[in-house]
Amino acid sequence: MVELTIDGVRTTVPRGTTVLEAARSMGIVIPTLCYDPGLTPYGACRLCIVEVVKGKRSSLEASCTLPAFDGQVIVTNSERVKKARKIIIELLLSTCPTSKKLQDLASNFGVNEVRFKIKDKGCILCGLCVRYCKEQMQSGGIGFVGRGTSRRVGTAFGDTPDECRNCGGCEWICPVCERACTADSLMNGLCGGCQNYAPVETCTVCIGCSESVGARGHKVY
Amino acid sequence: MKEVVVGLASCGIAAGGIQVYNKFSELLDAEKDETALKQTGCYGMCFREALVEIIEDSKRRTLYGQVTPERVERIVNEHLRGGKVIEEWIVKEEGQFLAKQKRIVLHNCGKIDPLDIGDYLASGGYQALKKVLSEMAPEQVIAEVARSGLRGRGGGGFPTGRKWESCRNAPSRNGTRYVICNADEGDPGAYMDRSLLEGNPHSVIEGMIIGAYAIGSSQGYVYVRHEYPLAVKNLGVALEQARARGLLGKNILGSNFSFDVKISRGGGAFICGESTALMASLEGKIGEPRPKHIHTTEKGFHGKPTNLNNVETWANVPLIINRGAAWFSSIGTERSKGTKIFSLVGKINNTGLVEVPMGITLREIIYEIGGGIPSGKKFKAVQTGGPSGGCIPERLIDLPVDFDRLTEVGSMMGSGGMIVMDEATCMVDIAKYFVKFLTEESCGKCVPCREGLDRMLDILTDIAGGRGREGDIELLEELGYAIRDTSLCALGGSAPNPVLSTINYFRDEYEAHINERRCPAGVCKELITFTIDKEKCNGCGLCAKNCPQQSITGKKKEAHVIDQTTCIKCGLCRDNCKFDAVVVS
Ligand SMILES: Cc1cc2nc3c(=O)[nH]c(=O)nc-3n(C[C@H](O)[C@H](O)[C@H](O)COP(=O)(O)O)c2cc1C
Ligand code: SF4
Ligand code: SF4
Ligand code: SF4
Ligand code: FES
Repeated sequence: MVELTIDGVRTTVPRGTTVLEAARSMGIVIPTLCYDPGLTPYGACRLCIVEVVKGKRSSLEASCTLPAFDGQVIVTNSERVKKARKIIIELLLSTCPTSKKLQDLASNFGVNEVRFKIKDKGCILCGLCVRYCKEQMQSGGIGFVGRGTSRRVGTAFGDTPDECRNCGGCEWICPVCERACTADSLMNGLCGGCQNYAPVETCTVCIGCSESVGARGHKVY
Repeated sequence: MKEVVVGLASCGIAAGGIQVYNKFSELLDAEKDETALKQTGCYGMCFREALVEIIEDSKRRTLYGQVTPERVERIVNEHLRGGKVIEEWIVKEEGQFLAKQKRIVLHNCGKIDPLDIGDYLASGGYQALKKVLSEMAPEQVIAEVARSGLRGRGGGGFPTGRKWESCRNAPSRNGTRYVICNADEGDPGAYMDRSLLEGNPHSVIEGMIIGAYAIGSSQGYVYVRHEYPLAVKNLGVALEQARARGLLGKNILGSNFSFDVKISRGGGAFICGESTALMASLEGKIGEPRPKHIHTTEKGFHGKPTNLNNVETWANVPLIINRGAAWFSSIGTERSKGTKIFSLVGKINNTGLVEVPMGITLREIIYEIGGGIPSGKKFKAVQTGGPSGGCIPERLIDLPVDFDRLTEVGSMMGSGGMIVMDEATCMVDIAKYFVKFLTEESCGKCVPCREGLDRMLDILTDIAGGRGREGDIELLEELGYAIRDTSLCALGGSAPNPVLSTINYFRDEYEAHINERRCPAGVCKELITFTIDKEKCNGCGLCAKNCPQQSITGKKKEAHVIDQTTCIKCGLCRDNCKFDAVVVS
């Protein structure tokens, strides 16, 4: 067992527990997007960051991949955490502006402007689908391709892979409700006709303006 | 017996070294001329390649620079056969270039033949290994390295002794431990690791064997960048020769310690230099980082305790063993010991590889070793630490260079890239350039780095393009701190440095771009116009001839004009005008 302090409260958890699990067991709310209790923690969305205090210094760490240690001091909702988290939500929203889940997150955390250029990608690359496919279905039909901003979820040859069991799990687990995988034939057995998809108003005559979006949001011409 | 030594590292080859070498071998008759033709690695003075050194019996040595196959004939006839030195081809900067350096790691680079283990042995090579195997316990080796104060040269500056110790003490069920040499060197413009592997591979191998002995490892890897064929070749030859002499393999030098090294060629991604990504890549997986709460010294390559060090770090090890921790720690500053190799590039007269003691000032590096800024321009800033380092302004030029001081001013030691910039450099443009590189090199796993850097680039592109808005600087800062604080690995953790440091030191330049739509350095194309000063123009027409758009018209001997509607702002007219008549505003 290890003993740590979260938001001023001492708690004891079994060795190997993550800080996120420890906090949740105490009823503390930490938002997550790329975490699922049934899958290996991945640490990609960075939404679950908490402040780890070490004497006078402190650092931000993703709680879903942070193992609980003896004597750790964690603050889950400091100003520093809130500020960074808001920027992350703002960035996420600019990549998936139509996601109901992200819009809800934004309103819960008081993010009411997107100052960055909107680049709707329909996927936040959280890797839940990839991990679900591999770890729960032992299939591995989908994976990440590319690096940096060209990274996306795809299949080996852009076609339904032989390993796919048509379970629909990748669709089901997707937090932004739009599978990024563009392989045509995958659509058939898989798409459940997502209930959450509600496109926001965008320009009817999109000129692909090169501007950042600014305080008042995306301009509609 | 005389010796002709030709520099055949990548820099020498690029400057025609092979042709020079071939020409010598064609003209020289080993018997008759009593001359041996040899090759060596990089001597550091890359601005004078191809370099040829002539060593005569009396130990008189002459260094010729910018040798071409055509010049070889005269060197053979006048110098080698006639005994007359050709003064005008001697490298005159040598004294100035070397005076402030302290070449201990690079000592043999550019002197010995990397393909001949005999050269390395003759210069005292593998003595440290002998000493370690015959008289030191592994713990003593670690203690010696720890006492020397050596810190990792790969960027983080982690104390090497401490890393070795934690790897040695980490539990491993079957006792397997790995040591790895990081030769990924993804920083554009940095090539110290390449030069070491090309010019003196045995020093790196010897360091690795000693480290493996101290840590208790029997298998090592060198992860080399794909683009380094010559380094791979020289390293491969060196490993073969070491094996043949019983310096690698089973029961090294008759002891009961066995160890061998394999070469692994990386895919050439910058992120694969990061320790956890490197190990993933070595295992054949996608090279992307994982959280490091459990250190690689405990669970690294294939889940086993793994010790990763940079090329230059390994090359320091034999020196410490041979000459002692006390000697090593007498060089440098309080918390940064020894020397550091920098690749000095950009707007500087003497570009090349320099090895300096820690604590030397930027001024000494730039003005004394580097010979100052070309064409009488003014020094503006220096960027250290590779693409994610920060820019240090002119007013901090007396800063002593060591790990901690560089971090204090918002930059870092990194792997030792040093890019010098003059007054004609736009800091917004520079920040944009580095962020673009990092955006492309981000592995794309985590949100702040992948999306945050991309949006940062959007904002910088807008500012440089005259579309900047009030509040953009603050937004860049806010975004920069968030990326730095929340990214998964050190790429994202350091990537905002170029932006934050330029905003910190050159805020007025950002403001000029945003508020006045003006690029003070005259670089950002969308904010500048080229015009011809009627007074200065004598109508020679050179500019018109060079303009790719044919935007310049005018009668002979009369002032020319540029048509602004078709000008693409390439600046060729300005570069070609002999009378400085083309003005940028
Ligand atoms: C994005 C990134 C790129 C890196 N590239 C290199 C590299 O090319 N070579 C290197 O030696 N270390 C590189 N490092 C540092 C390594 O992660 C690691 O700290 C180092 O190799 C450890 O060796 P040292 O203790 O001898 O410095 C990089 C780190 C990051 C975050
Ligand atoms: S498709 Fe959905 S689940 Fe898969 S990576 Fe993208 S956002 Fe995550
Ligand atoms: S910080 Fe960048 S490079 Fe590092 S894991 Fe995240 S996306 Fe990849
Ligand atoms: S090159 Fe200079 S001097 Fe010649 S025509 Fe052009 S502006 Fe005039
Ligand atoms: S939930 Fe922890 S990083 Fe995504």
